[in-house]
Amino acid sequence: MKKKILALVLIVALVASLAIALTACEPTGDKNTLIFGPEDADITFGLICLHDENSTYDKNFIDAARAVAESEQVRVIVRTNVPEDASCYEAAADLADQGCDIVFADSFGHEDHVIRAAKEFPNVQFAHATGTKAHTEGVANYHNAFASIYEGRYLAGIVAGYKLAEMYGNGDGAAVSAANAKIGYVGAFPYAEVVSGYTSFFLGVRSIVPNATMTVRYTSSWYDPEAEENTAKMLIESDGCKLISQHADSMGAPDACKAAAGIPNVTYNISTKDSCGDSYLVGSKINWAVYYAYIINCVRNNAEIAADWTGTLANDAVQLLEFGNTVSEAAKAAVEEAKAALKAGTLEVFDLDTFTITIDKTNSDPTKWKNGNALVEGMAADAKTGSGKLVSYMADVHTDAAFTGDTQVVHDGYFAESEYRSAPYFDLRIDGITEK
Amino acid sequence: MKLNAKSGREPLFHITKRTDVPKWLAWTIRVGAVVVALLIGAIVTGGLTGGSGFGLFFKDLFLGVFGTPRRILNFFQNTAMMLIIALALAPAFKMKFWNIGAEGQVLMGGLGCVVCIQYLGGKIPEGALIFIMFLVSMAFGVGWTVIPAIFKAQWNTNETLFTLMMNYIAMQLVAVCIYIWVPSGSAVLGVLPYGHFPQIGGYNYILNIILVTVIMAVLFVYFRFSKHGYELTVVGESVNTAKYVGINVKRVIIRTMILSGVLCGFAGLLLVAGTNYTLATDSVQGRGFTAILVAWLGKFNPFLMGGTSLLYVFIDQGSTQTATDLGLGGYYADIITGIFFFLVIACEFFINYKIKFRSFRKKQGDVLPETPVENTEKSAEEVTA
Repeated sequence: MKKKILALVLIVALVASLAIALTACEPTGDKNTLIFGPEDADITFGLICLHDENSTYDKNFIDAARAVAESEQVRVIVRTNVPEDASCYEAAADLADQGCDIVFADSFGHEDHVIRAAKEFPNVQFAHATGTKAHTEGVANYHNAFASIYEGRYLAGIVAGYKLAEMYGNGDGAAVSAANAKIGYVGAFPYAEVVSGYTSFFLGVRSIVPNATMTVRYTSSWYDPEAEENTAKMLIESDGCKLISQHADSMGAPDACKAAAGIPNVTYNISTKDSCGDSYLVGSKINWAVYYAYIINCVRNNAEIAADWTGTLANDAVQLLEFGNTVSEAAKAAVEEAKAALKAGTLEVFDLDTFTITIDKTNSDPTKWKNGNALVEGMAADAKTGSGKLVSYMADVHTDAAFTGDTQVVHDGYFAESEYRSAPYFDLRIDGITEK
Repeated sequence: MKLNAKSGREPLFHITKRTDVPKWLAWTIRVGAVVVALLIGAIVTGGLTGGSGFGLFFKDLFLGVFGTPRRILNFFQNTAMMLIIALALAPAFKMKFWNIGAEGQVLMGGLGCVVCIQYLGGKIPEGALIFIMFLVSMAFGVGWTVIPAIFKAQWNTNETLFTLMMNYIAMQLVAVCIYIWVPSGSAVLGVLPYGHFPQIGGYNYILNIILVTVIMAVLFVYFRFSKHGYELTVVGESVNTAKYVGINVKRVIIRTMILSGVLCGFAGLLLVAGTNYTLATDSVQGRGFTAILVAWLGKFNPFLMGGTSLLYVFIDQGSTQTATDLGLGGYYADIITGIFFFLVIACEFFINYKIKFRSFRKKQGDVLPETPVENTEKSAEEVTA
């Protein structure tokens, strides 16, 4: 027994001496920390992420923060894996305790918890991506921000359309058969941000391939690599989709496309050109550095911060990612042309002439109505069903629990997405897209 | 001792139960295991960061837990939430009813609260609402524990699988309810405006911490001094003994699981009304499973479980801070808590059992080598030869 105790003591002593020896090493700097920028910066910027850098969505926010720490010379502290509950409030308050001048949260479900922290720390500016409540909440130090990413997705859709035309129509989009014009989309949740994204992507494809149809399948999670990969496989194998895009945050869908040879993939947030090779086509992302720089400079100059800020193609907040190896020059030229037209306002993504919708309000339960807040051409206001060109849509711009349509968002021949609020509100299900 | 039939030799090693470990030594070993776990954690951190993380690990661990008053409060709040679920599991585990469904049972308690808030919030006074939430959350929690208990008592079904599966049903139920309540399709319920516990002294969570402390003490008395507590221990030790002395085993099983359910439902109430003010399918954050280890390591003694909860939350919260400061990603905290559990559980094994290796010196009888560990390699060689 004595010997055993002696052995134990010796082991502990050995490990402890090792500990002291290693502690003596000086820290080797910030190479892989989640704290960026100069220590003595005048502004400290706190970033709250739902997941970590394994999620393409969060990586996009973290990369932008790293860039801004350098370009704007601010201190950035990143908190990763913060769930959408009181932990988010605690993380926001903890960042404020640490002296952050700005606290920014990146996930939709963080919003209420950030507002709670904003009320408690009136001298700290709180901002939130994809949120909807800042313009109605009346909390002076709470702000929303998003970008017209539907423009980026539309451009990516054009590239996808050209690809289908090359693969199945000898370069002519109109020659692609209906069976080959099927695209698949892996979505996280069936709400406006996702619906707006896939519809704009689809309209981009259809501007080149008129026959295009799309199947959308949901994973009910923002980050679930396995589910995303399986959903993409199902779209390819069971639904016969020839091209996949996604709005979910892991590498699941890109990996599935890589494995299924001949299925191009259009990404969101990050380019997978290095890891997925030729299956990577193009992608789009929101360049958050633009907003970060905006809010940092507002705080620095004591200027007022917009309650609701929308980034666009024009101010570089919406970006198309690098082109994949197989993208043709014709496709690149078409993208440039469309980009210029979008910037000039001569082209609208949700042009009412480019899509039709079907309205079905026959169910006694209004929550089961399809496109219930919309009206189509020639439809009486009290009609239960209708189909055709959209003429009116009352969107829930001022968020309420019952999700009531409160603002007319159709004017001048197009659906005015992100005009009345930065976060998307296009949640119409248009003809040609099937949700499964 | 059974000899190997072929070779006629003793087996390479065998395990015997120890009865002779004095309390002070057992506790020294336990404390030692925690210290070693921390050191290994620091070495892992150092390895991941090229040496610099070793010292920072200890610094961040402490700063993450005690760095600011808010972190200290969070430390006690997280401990309280872990402890209440461990306390909920303890009666069943003492009875050797392997309930691994606390995740779902707590979630159901939370769902009960949210149902009340959704349909009664704003229509009745806040105090009455919280009282109804209190009752409904417990009813939901009991519902989720008593179903497997009845099946176990009546038909002797396997409670481990049963309670595990009930977790997934609970999560899907919550998902369906949220889908119904949130018409936008975002699956985010958001902060509910009603049914919040009052703050005490301007702080959140104080009420949670007080309530859990009281329940810890009450449960200690229940186990130690009540007839119920004695009966469930007897059922756990031997069902036949319990039957022989006239204990109604079925009744004890169901009664104890009702108690478990009440506590799980109560944990759900604390989670919704005292912490998050909202609910999601992952609201319990895996605590229902971690609490099993916490309860076990606390030997189902409520006060010891308080200690193991504190220790676990200390390491978890501290290593989360380390992950942030050193950029070590989401799984880092899981690795550190994993190391902690591994060593602490392993040390329990060595406190309770002794590994005896075969004696190689030709001695009379069954004399052990004085330093058995040194012989391991040699004996392994012999076996291969």
